[in-house]
Amino acid sequence: MINALVVLLGFQLGGEVVVRFLGLPVPGPVLGAGALALALLWRGRVDTVLSGTAHGILRNLSLLFVPAAVGVIEHRDVFVRYGLPLIVTLIVSAILALTAAALVFRAVGRR
Amino acid sequence: MGDDVALLWVYLAERPLTWLTVTVAAYALADRIAIAARRHPLLNPVVGAAIIVIAILTVTGTPFPTYFEGAQFVHFLLGPATVALAVPFVENFQKVRAAALPIVTALVVGSVTATVSALLIGWAFGLPREVLMSLAPKSVTTAIAMGISSALGGIPALTAVLVIATGVIGAIVVTPLMNALRIRDMAARGFAAGVVAHGIGTARAFQVDPLAGAFAGIGMALNGALTALIAPLLLLFF
Repeated sequence: MINALVVLLGFQLGGEVVVRFLGLPVPGPVLGAGALALALLWRGRVDTVLSGTAHGILRNLSLLFVPAAVGVIEHRDVFVRYGLPLIVTLIVSAILALTAAALVFRAVGRR
Repeated sequence: MGDDVALLWVYLAERPLTWLTVTVAAYALADRIAIAARRHPLLNPVVGAAIIVIAILTVTGTPFPTYFEGAQFVHFLLGPATVALAVPFVENFQKVRAAALPIVTALVVGSVTATVSALLIGWAFGLPREVLMSLAPKSVTTAIAMGISSALGGIPALTAVLVIATGVIGAIVVTPLMNALRIRDMAARGFAAGVVAHGIGTARAFQVDPLAGAFAGIGMALNGALTALIAPLLLLFF
């Protein structure tokens, strides 16, 4: 477990350092994820402890968004000003985009 | 006795531990309710936990910055969790490689639809330009979206709210919508959730199915990059 945490934090730190050093427009953890993916593909296997730790975190990914979701109350006035049109826009847009992405994925995958 | 309780609360309310515990406990409760309801999409644990926490903050008159001193430890874990997405990606690499063409086409179509439909509907409602520009990057993860919003002349704080709202809406509608469309392929369902509803959609996907989660993670990462690239083009049209 500890080794797996060192791997995850280490790749995040490495990503942050490279992003800062080169002034890249991507977040550090995203670069870290890309580097870890390459490293694991290079090794050809994912050891069970790293796999278990990663899946343990990802199964509870929802928890990690709770502070940001609570943070919405800080900005409720901007949201309230345009309230209903914004909510309708978000709902319709999400339905259209989900439908388009999933249908195209299936249509192209069948060919 | 009453004074002692009040003093104890004054002490506790300032401790990060209190708000960290409240955050995790609220999530544990919301998640337990969601599991009891067999993960019914309307009982999203992010929404449930946030409602519980907001109610406690409101009743106790606790300002958000005080809350965040404790909650930041949970928030921080988004970094290592993002790195952890590499693991399901590698574990499903054969399936991902076989689906390279559907991934690329669904990414472009989903990303463009998410941005353009929001702009057109918002424009039809007569929303002002700065609100439209705040809407444009709503489907990508907060850090990237706020950067795009400010580059386009939007309001980054409004974008942060719209990103969370989009994630929640996507996570709630994805399951009934995919069932209605009769799309049973977990790769297609997860990928769409990641492209449209970023991390919150990805979190939902991981709760439904590990393969859906792996593809959602890919969709989220790719759409973050693509939206950052194509968003400046919007300035030509709006």
